[in-house]
Amino acid sequence: MAILGSLIKKEVLHIVRDPRTMVITILMPVVLLLLFGFAISTEVNDVRIAAVVDRHTDETRNLLEKIRVNHYFTFLGLTSENEVEYLLRSGKADAILILRTDETRLKGEIVADASNPTNAQSVATYIMGVINNGVSSSPVLTYTLYNPQMKSSYNFVPGIMGMIFILICAIMTSVSIVREKENGTMNLLLVSPIKPATIILGKLIPYFLLSCIILLIMMLISYTLLGLPVSVTIIDVVLVSLLYIVLSLSFGLLVSTIADSQLTALIGSAVILMLPVIMLSGMIFPIDNMPVFLQFISCVIPARWYIEAMRKLMIQQLDFSFIYQEIIILFSMTILLMSLSICKFYSSQKK
Amino acid sequence: MKKCDKVISVKDLTKKFGNFTAVDHITFDVQKGEIFGFLGANGAGKTTAMKMLCGLSRPSSGSATVANYDISTQGEEVKRHIGYMSQKFSLYEGLRVDENIKLFSTIYGMTDDMIKSASDRLYKSLNMEGMKKTLVKDLPVGWKQKLAFAVSTIHNPEVVFLDEPTGGVDPVTRRKFWELIYKASEEGMTVFVTTHYLDEAEYCNRVSIMVDGKISALDSPKALKEKFNVATMDEVFRIVAKDAIRED
Amino acid sequence: MDCAVKIDNLSKLYGKKEALSNIDLKVEKGEMFGIIGPDGAGKSTLYKIMATLLLPDSGKASIFGLDTVRDYRKLREKIGYMPERFSLYQDLTVAENLNFFASLFGVKIKDSYDLIAPVFSQLEKFPNRKAGALSGGMKQKLALSCALIHRPAILLLDEPTTGVDAISRNEFWEMLSKLRERDITILVSTSYMDEANRCERIAMINKGRILEVGTPQNLVSRIGENLFNAVGENMFRLLSELRVMPEIEDCYTFGSTLHIVAKKGFNPARAKLELEEKGLKGISIYPAKGDIEDLFIKLTRNEEM
Repeated sequence: MAILGSLIKKEVLHIVRDPRTMVITILMPVVLLLLFGFAISTEVNDVRIAAVVDRHTDETRNLLEKIRVNHYFTFLGLTSENEVEYLLRSGKADAILILRTDETRLKGEIVADASNPTNAQSVATYIMGVINNGVSSSPVLTYTLYNPQMKSSYNFVPGIMGMIFILICAIMTSVSIVREKENGTMNLLLVSPIKPATIILGKLIPYFLLSCIILLIMMLISYTLLGLPVSVTIIDVVLVSLLYIVLSLSFGLLVSTIADSQLTALIGSAVILMLPVIMLSGMIFPIDNMPVFLQFISCVIPARWYIEAMRKLMIQQLDFSFIYQEIIILFSMTILLMSLSICKFYSSQKK
Repeated sequence: MKKCDKVISVKDLTKKFGNFTAVDHITFDVQKGEIFGFLGANGAGKTTAMKMLCGLSRPSSGSATVANYDISTQGEEVKRHIGYMSQKFSLYEGLRVDENIKLFSTIYGMTDDMIKSASDRLYKSLNMEGMKKTLVKDLPVGWKQKLAFAVSTIHNPEVVFLDEPTGGVDPVTRRKFWELIYKASEEGMTVFVTTHYLDEAEYCNRVSIMVDGKISALDSPKALKEKFNVATMDEVFRIVAKDAIRED
Repeated sequence: MDCAVKIDNLSKLYGKKEALSNIDLKVEKGEMFGIIGPDGAGKSTLYKIMATLLLPDSGKASIFGLDTVRDYRKLREKIGYMPERFSLYQDLTVAENLNFFASLFGVKIKDSYDLIAPVFSQLEKFPNRKAGALSGGMKQKLALSCALIHRPAILLLDEPTTGVDAISRNEFWEMLSKLRERDITILVSTSYMDEANRCERIAMINKGRILEVGTPQNLVSRIGENLFNAVGENMFRLLSELRVMPEIEDCYTFGSTLHIVAKKGFNPARAKLELEEKGLKGISIYPAKGDIEDLFIKLTRNEEM
């Protein structure tokens, strides 16, 4: 135990003595969360909207009033039908609402600027929402549950957490182990009577603690600045994240047993981990839209299951019973990776 | 052309890092074709001085010319007229012999015709015609060294700087390497060399010993041995460097 | 059992390349034993096998009767290993490094202090200096202190003096002879042939094979070659002229002189005359005493280096 203590102490000293890396590891999650939360956002604010009304009725007045007071819209005013194309083309308006009253029935048309399709879709959905709310006879009602304002900052939190942990845990653990191989200090550790398991623990524990700090920071930001709803699921969020952190640490351990230089470890973890996590975990691109082949691949990416679980817990606010599947998969992956990397570590000790 | 005979001329060259004076007013000249041994204990300032002479680092004060170019103002010209080889890095191990030669000669701005004739000459003089396509890492140590020296002098520089070129190398290869140095010096090339092997200091025309940033001794090995009344350069070095107080 | 190290028919391959082939070696208890050879001779591979870090492909090695493969756990407590490159934590201070290695072996610094004192005393002045900021000689002293901290019975020092200047090298060897008085067996490797004389016995190694084993004096006396010194004004011309003489087997530079390996029938006076006829000046040829380098050159003469 005393040996483990001094191994951990040594590792902490390494981390603290390298302020640049420490700042990056702490700052990266913060910057990413804030960037995705505020700057890069797919939610639509400030939709500039004009309206064409062929006959003013109570209904149309009512509707336009709703749009005028809604803070997602900036109402530009009424316009004529032949102005429509000009307004959209010149970029003066994002959407035009055309209201025709045929006998007594009100018919609405939405013309949106789809040079950015995502935007156009969101805009249309917004307007529909507003119109449908007011038109009782309308047959279709759209509700977006769990994230009623379609705030994209929510949506990104699980994705970013899934990426950050695997990146930081895996890269930092693997690089720190490989650095000892490169400097020759690993040989000195191995030559001493300490057990290899102690060496592994001495590496994993400090980086586990560091990851816990990062988890704390990310959750603080998510639940305060980004306004994620606070509820009892927070406990589950922590538990699942801790499991995922252990999994990421085992991944780092595995990389370190294969890589010979810090550079290989870095590139190895970045390429093996980062690209699939970003592309295939459902963080950005919905898994259901992928070709079947890629969907299969995404099944072996731990981040996919973590992100799914986090979405259910953080955004849908579902309880633990809804994420059994994800938990079981993540848990088995952790056991598998951990045993694989420990075996590799033992066998790579002697060549 | 008296001036041309001094290939390296150093006057009061000084380099300070903050309060620390790494090189402290050193003054010496090196003649054309001379083999000049630049010795000193670890941390005496050898590397810093050598970096300045190669145009890689600016002096804090003092001046020096290498191949008649001022090292403080004409660093780029200096680099063009010197060769450099160190034990740690000299060739790309993953490239073939011919690729290394091509690479380095291109770096030194040689035209294709020049490269062609220079490399033909090099293969012939080193007897390496059969090894053009061999990866450098597969060459035996002795060949690697010969090639590294040939490559560092392929642009026919006025002076070649050798930074511990023979560290860890076996006695036979070391000797063969020094014969290359002799040959180059016979042909008029100036050789500026550092080494930890003091028997190699005997091969130099003149030797300087740096202690704590200053040059404490500078003469031919024979004169130095006579001066300190000892039989080998090893003893000279110990006498001169033993008073060093500095740790790097 | 007097044998500290016993190596039988040891071989190690890296891929197809033979790093060690059929090494046999015995080192007595309490001996200061040198393994002398150039870079790439296989010294570090041999050290790694002895330090239980590498498995041999065939043959076996044992230290104090403990097999390096089977009994590696017990063995690790007995050896103090100092790898080829400086292998301490550069971002930790002198004191932190020493404390760390003490805790690895579960020992207290003060219990081993008497042993490391001659080595460590110079470092005590700056316990808070980062190891990476030490000079070459000081780094070696720290590394040696860390290797000694658990009072090993044998020190395996892999090229401790490489890249260190002549003064620090000298100091280092003096420290080793002090340790030698404490009954520690010391195996030290070096590529500096002149350091052979610091050892009681040496093994000369090249290309994974042991060339000779013996005391330095004994080995030198066995060179059995007819050696002469030659000096002249123009050494380089002298060298090339001597090389082509039929009665000369080999000629090479040797410090301030040239060494001539003469065949039978070599007559120094006649050679001198011959050279003077060719216009060389200041010629002097006289018998030479060989040393380890001469032996190494002799033993590797017919190999392509």
